[in-house]
Amino acid sequence: MTESPLAVEAAGTGIPVPAAPGARRFWRRLRAQRAALVAAAVVALLVLVALAAPLLTALEGQDPTTYHPSLIDSARGGVPVGPLGGVGAEHWLGVEPQTGRDLFARLVYGARVSLGVALAATVIQVVIGVVVGVAAALGSQWVDQLLSRLTDIIVAMPLMIMSLALLAVVPANFPRPVLVTLVIGLIAWGSIAKIVRAQTLSMKGLDYVSAARLSGWGTWRIARRELLPGLAAPVITYAALLVPMNISVEAALSFLGVGVKPPTPSWGQMLTSADVWYQAAPQYLLLPAGALFVTVLALTVLGDGVRTALDPRAASRLRVGTGREDRNAREDAGTKEATA
Amino acid sequence: MSGFGGFLLRRAVGTVITLLAISVIVYVVFYVTPGDVAQITCGPRCSPEQVRQVAAQLHLGDPLYVRYWHFLQGLFAGQDFSTGTSVEHCAAPCLGQSYQTGQQVLDIILGKLPVSLSLVLGAMVLWLALGVGTGVLSAWRRGRVSERVLTAITLAGTATPVFVIGLVLMIVVCGELQLLPFPQYVAFTDDPEQWAWNLLLPWLSLALIEAATFARLTRAAMLETLAEDHVRTFRAYGVGERAIVGRHALRGAFAPVIALNANNVGSAVGGAVLTETLFGLPGIGQELVHAVKVVDLPVVVGMVLVIAFFVVLANAVADVLYAVADRRVVLA
Repeated sequence: MTESPLAVEAAGTGIPVPAAPGARRFWRRLRAQRAALVAAAVVALLVLVALAAPLLTALEGQDPTTYHPSLIDSARGGVPVGPLGGVGAEHWLGVEPQTGRDLFARLVYGARVSLGVALAATVIQVVIGVVVGVAAALGSQWVDQLLSRLTDIIVAMPLMIMSLALLAVVPANFPRPVLVTLVIGLIAWGSIAKIVRAQTLSMKGLDYVSAARLSGWGTWRIARRELLPGLAAPVITYAALLVPMNISVEAALSFLGVGVKPPTPSWGQMLTSADVWYQAAPQYLLLPAGALFVTVLALTVLGDGVRTALDPRAASRLRVGTGREDRNAREDAGTKEATA
Repeated sequence: MSGFGGFLLRRAVGTVITLLAISVIVYVVFYVTPGDVAQITCGPRCSPEQVRQVAAQLHLGDPLYVRYWHFLQGLFAGQDFSTGTSVEHCAAPCLGQSYQTGQQVLDIILGKLPVSLSLVLGAMVLWLALGVGTGVLSAWRRGRVSERVLTAITLAGTATPVFVIGLVLMIVVCGELQLLPFPQYVAFTDDPEQWAWNLLLPWLSLALIEAATFARLTRAAMLETLAEDHVRTFRAYGVGERAIVGRHALRGAFAPVIALNANNVGSAVGGAVLTETLFGLPGIGQELVHAVKVVDLPVVVGMVLVIAFFVVLANAVADVLYAVADRRVVLA
């Protein structure tokens, strides 16, 4: 019995089985949106820059952590020597005030931290959210109650405050980017768990899942083979919205001086003292601020595009079933509204 | 009506359970960590004698549930702190005391509260006005160039970190144009006019970001109402577009906006932390960041508990308000 029950049933009724809920259709609908395409290109470029950071800095002949005291005018409080904050063939975007570290190198390595932390945190959020959501929907009522309460509590906790506080108790020698990733990932999985639970509950009552159960499939096999594919659309949609949020949180924590700490560069951290130097080296403010803005904007637009391409309205039409599922779907709509 | 009473009761019980669970999580995260809990709690500059006192205070020798019980008891019934030479009583609700400054955490929070409340409440007025106004405008001008411009602006607003907006505003307004002095907090009771002028930029920074979210929600809710059958009936009866948008569609946006505003308290508090730090406003957020940096654990724990308490309460209020505005929620 390796064949999907759906195929069996469809064969019996003569109804053609729709092709796998198409990656192809998804691409077509995403490509149809011009803004999303531009955003996807920008995101691809940013990922490329982040991956190629060592290459790019080698091309420039600099690295992000070396101090250049000779390029700093200590008599004038540490402003970079030369016009435009020390821009030149040696340092493409100038140097950092006070330390003289190369700004271009810090910016491209900052992309690594920003995207790396955000993506890794998103993976953690998605994994925990899917496991908790599916377990709540398929488990006994007791398990459901426990996990749903836990999810409610996680959703209720203020993200910024909790991550700030958590960063206080961890020993200082723990690698900061990993720590920030873990903190963001472990705190902000609540909404994805809620969505997954609601979606799983609504699918549980559908004929093809019942067919699988009647065929004697175990819970684990049903979850893996029949439910997970149906969860792909809402999970991808929500994950796409989580990435820019995670970038903002990492930048905010680093800006406050409790996230990623020097010498590791991060865009938020670069902005901490940027206001002091804006006259002597305006790019010290404008570059990281612009990088953050463009990244978050591109990811947000791309996320919106992904959502449109996956069309949640079509998915919500599937939500038929008993009163319990109906109520959960509506509660879920309420949360989505609130967190949107 | 019994349905609504039952709903309120369920919500109340749920809120209390959530608050208790948060206290457990906070306790476990901060006081059951590997390493010397007493040393961490007391702070890096504590003498061995002080650390021993803190260990006794935290009942570190007892089993876990007894320790948590003492923690709760301290919160609700107050406790005594021995500072070596004298014993100080901390009356309920007691959030403990900072071993680094000797101050009681509740006093620290109450002292900083006016600044944070001034910031958040003032900004809230602004973001509601700006956000709902923009949302209404873009729903009314739907399909035209002005709507697309507004949509683009609100999208940019959601993508901008609050500290970037604040930095740019501060540099342009205070630095380059010198329209305002760099903000410095003045208490409302000292000089209401100076209070407002100095908070103007912090209010704007926080409000512009939050307003973008409200604008998107208002627009979406209004467009949804505009697509409903009864609106088509109004149109058929010859009701003007302005009345339809301004009266009937706006009513559809009412419930979600109220709910979002209460649900948004958590994110607004996060924004306030950043705004306070950026503008140097001596509020709870700035104090929390400071406490995190110097690892003043009792202050961090106390503030997290208080903030989580208000956020959970606001979420519960949001649910109730939403149910009052839209009774279908209760009947479901």
